[in-house]
Amino acid sequence: MANDPIHQFHINRIVPIEIGGLDFSFTNSAAFMVATAALAGGFLYLATAKRAVVPSRSQSVAEMAYDFIRNMLTDAAGKGGMRFFPLVFSLFLFVLTANLIGMFPYFFTVTSQLIVTVALALLVIGTVVVYGFMAHGLGFLKLFVPSGVPGLLVPLIVLIEVISFLSRPISLSIRLFANMLAGHITLKVFAGFVTSMSALGAVGVAGALLPLLMVVAITALEFLVAFLQAYVFAVLTCMYLNDAVHPGGH
Amino acid sequence: MVAPSQPEGRNSATPQLSEAELERRKRELDAKLAARRQKADVSGEKAVGGMSGMGYALRLSSEFIAAIAVGAAIGWVIDYYAGSTPWGLIVFLLLGFAAAVLNVLRSAGQVAPSKVHGPGDRV
Repeated sequence: MANDPIHQFHINRIVPIEIGGLDFSFTNSAAFMVATAALAGGFLYLATAKRAVVPSRSQSVAEMAYDFIRNMLTDAAGKGGMRFFPLVFSLFLFVLTANLIGMFPYFFTVTSQLIVTVALALLVIGTVVVYGFMAHGLGFLKLFVPSGVPGLLVPLIVLIEVISFLSRPISLSIRLFANMLAGHITLKVFAGFVTSMSALGAVGVAGALLPLLMVVAITALEFLVAFLQAYVFAVLTCMYLNDAVHPGGH
Repeated sequence: MVAPSQPEGRNSATPQLSEAELERRKRELDAKLAARRQKADVSGEKAVGGMSGMGYALRLSSEFIAAIAVGAAIGWVIDYYAGSTPWGLIVFLLLGFAAAVLNVLRSAGQVAPSKVHGPGDRV
């Protein structure tokens, strides 16, 4: 049904592939992920191809994005965090591009799929855990034991800290997913009001002006949310990576 | 303060004086620029405030809920395998709540982050 606000999130198989009873089909979601990566990568490649001293417009956008993430990363994790720059920069650009692509009518929003955001969040947390243990060994576990806690309280505090740590990938992924999903559904619902109200005749058309204004406002808000969520995702990634770089610095 | 209508000729005629004069003017300009920049910074922060404030709100709420959900999930799993229903759920839900409050306070900056950097740490 055209007015179904959930319809836009349906996953359709484009190229059905089945390997060993598992579904590896190339879906519309996968297609848009490829498009996202290609667009982000292609833009950066073309923007920086000339390497002009006086940057062109596109080059200065690329440089601003670089500066933005670099400042974010060094603020949160210090100079040692710069080794994660490729990760954070790719994540930020991927999420931002995916969110913005999703703003086109009839396009699929990759980040409105929980599995995608969970995969991104697990990538971040996996990096934190693996790098933390690699760089600090068991010293990484000091992350869960704040200094200056009375001995009696340590088990309790450790439990709380562990739960707090485990909640990170969940809050990271749910936040991005929920914002994109809710935003797009709201947009679709209000747009649906416009069509169904204007079917009622002259009064309906006049009344449909209100949801139409609302749709315009929500579209602007959604662009804001698209930037904001990519920003928040990147900032939190930096903060979590900081734990991996300096786990016991307290 | 700064006299902008100094005649050109005077500077070249008395280089000694103009050095001092230029120095003074430069300092004044620096001070003026610093004051203006500070003002611009403050107003810039205000403009961004609405956007990052909203991001902040979303962050805090999702962190709060996530920690409670994780606590409840751990408790439920423990109960499921140990058969201690409902004690695991109760205890870990409360622990999750504590973790949630800790999360929120920590990201709001009310509690010191789990690690405080030494002065030379950030380079």
